[in-house]
Amino acid sequence: MTEPVFTPVNLITGFLGSGKTTLLQRLLADPALADTAVLINEFGEVGLDHHLLERIDDTMVLLPSGCLCCTIRGELSTAMRELHSRRERGDVPRFRRLVVESTGLADPFPILSTVQADPVLRHHFRLGNVITTVDAVNGLNQLARQVECTKQIAIADRLVLTKTDLAEPAVTDALVGRLSRLNPSAPLWRAAETPIDAAALLAHDMFATAGRSEAARTWFAAELAAAGTNDRSRHDETIQAFALAFDGAVDWTMFGLWLTMLLNRHGDRVLRVKGILNVADSETPVAIHGVQHLVHPPVHMAAWPDGDRRSRLVFIVDGLDRGLIERSLGAFLQAAPQARPAAFTPSLQPTL
Amino acid sequence: MCALCGVLGGSGHWTDAAARPGVFTRNVDGLQRRRERTHRLACASRVLGYYGLTLSDWQASSFVLSTATGKTELVENLSHLWATAEKLLGRPCDPLDPDLIYRLEGQLGGDGD
Repeated sequence: MTEPVFTPVNLITGFLGSGKTTLLQRLLADPALADTAVLINEFGEVGLDHHLLERIDDTMVLLPSGCLCCTIRGELSTAMRELHSRRERGDVPRFRRLVVESTGLADPFPILSTVQADPVLRHHFRLGNVITTVDAVNGLNQLARQVECTKQIAIADRLVLTKTDLAEPAVTDALVGRLSRLNPSAPLWRAAETPIDAAALLAHDMFATAGRSEAARTWFAAELAAAGTNDRSRHDETIQAFALAFDGAVDWTMFGLWLTMLLNRHGDRVLRVKGILNVADSETPVAIHGVQHLVHPPVHMAAWPDGDRRSRLVFIVDGLDRGLIERSLGAFLQAAPQARPAAFTPSLQPTL
Repeated sequence: MCALCGVLGGSGHWTDAAARPGVFTRNVDGLQRRRERTHRLACASRVLGYYGLTLSDWQASSFVLSTATGKTELVENLSHLWATAEKLLGRPCDPLDPDLIYRLEGQLGGDGD
């Protein structure tokens, strides 16, 4: 059976005026992205985003509503299905990547959930990197005032800092410090100073690097370093990153039960959870990656990143108690019924 | 519960499949799948017992969640399980609830059931 091919979907998000469209313009000028389709949405009556974009061709579908959030998730789904259908019919060029630009006001989460939850889309598309633009001049203010702004940053796989040429260096430094606490493992580009590497920004995502243990090592190092610092400013004292490590093999089912229960109740406050698990009956670790209510499909890594065989999880949470999370997970895992030897390995088998 | 997902086959929940998106569309190894469902029921029962809820298999395609007084709902996957449990109970199911943690800490993993 041939492997299905999934079209990666990149989301570009960021607060109003933070330079999403400029970034998109720069990205689309790159010949490497010639086979990329773009979905933008028109905000308000003017549709400024549309007019600012240079590359408008028939692979672009304008979303008529102002906001991509829950209310028009259906429209995003319809637009993506239509795009897919036209590609299959040969009506549009065979694009191999889709970029969705969200409105500045949107909580980006429903866009991600649409790609992963829609019963048609999920067989043709997969989530790629989420890129969040942050305005160096106004970023700190926006973070202080708007909860969406924090979510957009926490959800990002890549951060792009814009307008650094206009901002005071001290302000930029404070913002960078803040960003690294909110999202320690996302690489940060300074758009005004460094050329944009489209491939690194869009393509090197969790799925593409699946099984590559050096990728896991890199983000662990970043997350752990951040988890170790306690210099939280009073503005984000409720947001904290911490790492848990535990010995012994994990019962996948019990872990899944615990994490779904945690996300069901506290998903809004679990900004990120990422980790590798030593799963019973599996030689190599399983990488998990969740953002708020959404958990990406778990990935079997090719090998352990280092000699340490413990399961390790990094959480970035808003206002949740670290000690309780640790105790709760421990209590769930030790309460797991002993599985029989031939029990389920968390791999590849569907449950219908 | 999302009726559409149910109609169109597997719910594609992240706990159902790992490694490759799309594998939940393949219908292979039914025995392994049944074994996992049984184990899943056993695991869930450890937690649901605290709330006085029971979970049972329904035609190997869904689960049936019931209260002690017989209120019953069908659930599709683990995420729906908690939302449905909260609806039946009329109160939140919080894994960080110290009482629940205390109760689970008192349970030792026994033989598979």
